Amino acid sequence: MSGNSDDHKPVRPVPVARLLLLLPFVAMLWVSSYDRVDPMIAGVPFFYWYQLLWILVSAVIIAVVYKLER
Amino acid sequence: MALDTTALTVFILLFAFVTVLGFGASRWRRGDLAQLQEWGLGGRRFGTIVTWFLIGGDLYTAYTFIAVPALMFGAGALGFFAVPYTIMVYPLLYIVFPRLWSVAHKHGYVTSADFVRGRFGNRWLALAVALTGILATMPYIALQLVGIQVVIGAMGIDTAGFIGDLPLIIAFIILAAFTYSAGLRAPAMIAVVKDVLIYITVVAAIIAVPMHLGGYGQVFSAIPAAKLLLAPPPAGSYGSFSAYATLALGSACALFLYPHSITGILSSSSGRVVRRNAAMLPAYSLMLGLLALVGFMAIAIGVQGMPEFAAGFKRYSNNFSVPALFMAMFPSWFVGVAFAAIAIGALVPAAIMSIATANTYTRNIYKEFINPACTNAQESQMAKYVSLVIKAGALAFIFFVPLQYALWLQLLGGIWMIQTLPSVMIGLYTRWFNGWALLLGWIAGFGLGTGLVVSHNFAPIYAVSLFGTTFPCYIALAALAVNLGVTVVLSLLLNLVASDRHNDVTVASDYV
Repeated sequence: MSGNSDDHKPVRPVPVARLLLLLPFVAMLWVSSYDRVDPMIAGVPFFYWYQLLWILVSAVIIAVVYKLER
Repeated sequence: MALDTTALTVFILLFAFVTVLGFGASRWRRGDLAQLQEWGLGGRRFGTIVTWFLIGGDLYTAYTFIAVPALMFGAGALGFFAVPYTIMVYPLLYIVFPRLWSVAHKHGYVTSADFVRGRFGNRWLALAVALTGILATMPYIALQLVGIQVVIGAMGIDTAGFIGDLPLIIAFIILAAFTYSAGLRAPAMIAVVKDVLIYITVVAAIIAVPMHLGGYGQVFSAIPAAKLLLAPPPAGSYGSFSAYATLALGSACALFLYPHSITGILSSSSGRVVRRNAAMLPAYSLMLGLLALVGFMAIAIGVQGMPEFAAGFKRYSNNFSVPALFMAMFPSWFVGVAFAAIAIGALVPAAIMSIATANTYTRNIYKEFINPACTNAQESQMAKYVSLVIKAGALAFIFFVPLQYALWLQLLGGIWMIQTLPSVMIGLYTRWFNGWALLLGWIAGFGLGTGLVVSHNFAPIYAVSLFGTTFPCYIALAALAVNLGVTVVLSLLLNLVASDRHNDVTVASDYV
């Protein structure tokens, strides 16, 4: 459980990839882009499903950056 | 409220199970518990999975699970800021905090104030960081008890008077005992059980309640328009939009500065474990986001109008909405599971917070100012004692101080905590700031933030006016801006006349 053998190898930062990590900030701080009811999905207003969706999108972004920097 | 024996029995059985687990934890990956980093950081050996449970159990507390839906229930869409908050926190975790792990591992740092002490060579700045952490965490521990109190009350035990306080006292003696004996290993182990129970509860709620009502459409159509969305800003103001955005951003910036978050990070076995967790921890955010909607489900079901819950709402106000919903919707045995999830969910963060505060007191006050010659064993023993004192203090706080004060202090806590961002987070990247400048910036931010909150009747938002436009802003961020301004200007001056840059014991290669 203590992880992989390469756990202590230094990370090689990929600056271009790290720019991707700005996307969740832009999306979430731009409140006027998502403070609306439509389009709804299964009765859930846009405001709610859009932000919930961004939880997944930002997790994927972080995972991608992690892979690129391995 | 009638005593619910089935729910209570399930609740007690689950609680007994984690008690046994907690005491057994000292034998898990056994280390020399007379070393502070063994007792207080689990030996820095937790891998990806354990760290995921530990930090998840640490950040997504029982109080969160009660308070976020309660805020949705009461204030509507604004309460959903918890979601963008937890979205923005993980890119920060990924970028910034592996550096802290790395330098802490190299130099044996156990707290963020340890790092500041080494980096800036300024014991008074380190003291400011340490005191901020202790002060911000204490009311947070007390609030965890509120979660336990509400569910105990909901099961029909009158929580007024000494007899009513007894379950809480017992829960805390158990917590104190296993934390004392096993250190961070105990909450790490219990966190696994807590999370399994919480996931089961949340999944049940988000499936069963909409099914009962006839779909999510029914849930949202029951919400009054004023609660469904943020109010559109008036002309010349960013209104609720900037309030929502800054609450989320400020909270995200403050979260990993708290001592209990740092403890979670430093107890992991490598910087890569921290990075991996930045991608994996959003699973908890998803759960939190779905749980927030449970506040709306409570509105849709109409728990507030049900006579059997009138007493509960009177006593615990909106914090009663989630327990009431569970009791209205689920069979007794499952209510027991859900309530045990909340109560055990309080023990995990309370344990980690008390360990983190104890580490901070011991390292940055006791060893730095009182007994510099203490041995490793004395240091570890002191931390164990302090963890007891802190928990007793939190318990006394809940019994003798009105709940409102704990809520106010917790609000102030976030505003205080973020004032350590220049020293800790920016300090990981640059040594350009002068230690004294950082200290004076901290004083300015701390003073201004506290003053603004108190003068606004403990509302977290302050309307900043710039060039004729109003920008309602989370006070934590406004105060941080002043803090940074003071720090930069004074650093410019002090670096010219009295540079302290030679006082840095760390080197560039410590930060990978």
